[in-house]
Amino acid sequence: MSQLLIAASEGGENPLVPPIPELVIGLLAFVIVFGFLAKKLLPNINKVLEERREAIEGGIEKAEAAQTEAQSVLEQYKAQLAEARHEAARLRQEAQEQGAALIAEMRAEGQRQREEIVAAGHAQIEADRKAAASALRQDVGKLATELAGKLVGESLEDHARQSRVIDRFLDELDEKAEAAR
Amino acid sequence: MSADPTQVLAFDTNCHLFDGCGFAEVSPGLHSFLFQPLWGDGDSNLYFNKTMLLALLGSLIIIGFFWAAFRRPQVVPGKLQMVAEAGYDFIRRGVVYETIGKKEGEKYVPFVVSLFFFVWMMNLWSIIPVAQFPVTSIISYPLVLALVVYITWVVLTFKRQGFVGFWKNVTGYDKSLGPVLPLAMLIELFSNLLIRPFTHAVRLFANMFAGHTLLLLFTIASWYMLNGIGIAYAGVSFVMVIVMTAFELFIQALQAYVFVLLTCTYIQGAMAEHH
Repeated sequence: MSQLLIAASEGGENPLVPPIPELVIGLLAFVIVFGFLAKKLLPNINKVLEERREAIEGGIEKAEAAQTEAQSVLEQYKAQLAEARHEAARLRQEAQEQGAALIAEMRAEGQRQREEIVAAGHAQIEADRKAAASALRQDVGKLATELAGKLVGESLEDHARQSRVIDRFLDELDEKAEAAR
Repeated sequence: MSADPTQVLAFDTNCHLFDGCGFAEVSPGLHSFLFQPLWGDGDSNLYFNKTMLLALLGSLIIIGFFWAAFRRPQVVPGKLQMVAEAGYDFIRRGVVYETIGKKEGEKYVPFVVSLFFFVWMMNLWSIIPVAQFPVTSIISYPLVLALVVYITWVVLTFKRQGFVGFWKNVTGYDKSLGPVLPLAMLIELFSNLLIRPFTHAVRLFANMFAGHTLLLLFTIASWYMLNGIGIAYAGVSFVMVIVMTAFELFIQALQAYVFVLLTCTYIQGAMAEHH
């Protein structure tokens, strides 16, 4: 106890009176720490933290870019697909139209040919009929003349030929037949 | 007992309970915070003692730690870098950005980070075996740090607020106070300009001083009572040593945090528009 009292009564015992050498060393120690951290080590780590932040953000940006590209490619692909579908539909439509036109054309051609054939047939028949009628008329005239000559006994042939009586008669008959029809 | 009570370790004495030896013979006191110089003369101002050794050693440990962690930092951090980054980030975001703000505070991050780790290391010496003395329980160390902060604050306030603004800032000039304005200004002036660096330093100093005294008390008491029935008390006292050591571990970090938080608050106050 006595030692403690002696010690306490001595100078420099007040714990709130700062000893100067400690003050200096304390400042020195802090300045060393501050100098190293502020000038070298913290800038170091700040740079790396910044790099890390950029790396992370860069990765995100890259992913975003890839996604955008994928999206655009998908849209392009979809557009192409739609175009192809459209094209196919158009081709089908065209083919259908062409087919229909072809069929119509063929049908018209067929119709035309049929009509031609029919017309040719009719003309042939008409011509034949006319030829037959004229031949018949001549024959009938001849026969009738012969018959009449035989009946009259005299050769009326020349006279008949001259007067064309028979022909006239036959024409009259024809006309009558025509009128009756 | 040796003639010099400052150089005695707890178990160096033969003084025990029931031996006719009083606890006052060995109890901790102001002398526990005095050290014989390792070099030089204690009467002059040219000497080197244990606290100075610990202060410089602590600086080297901090630099060594951050050198190992941040010398060649990687974008993908290793374990040590991760730990150091966590500490750095805690002060940067948790203290500086929170109080001063990101834009204004960035400039002060190295200062505050250095301050925090320096104070913490100096506190930590308290429970590091063999050293076992908190450097910050010598008033010089907290005081010099508080003075550095104080000078920073005064210079910054002058720069930011100008001459009139400085006085308005430190006196808390506010017209709406009316008749009590002179009194309030006087109190604020004292509080900000004179008492602030003192309280800033003493808050840290006193906490460490008291913590170290408590640890000493229980440690020495454990040894002192180690006699006869006193062994039971010694056991209790020793448990208290363990508990107080754990508590000190917490207080050391907390006081370092409080110290830098106050620093940031002062710096922020210097930048704030006067109201």
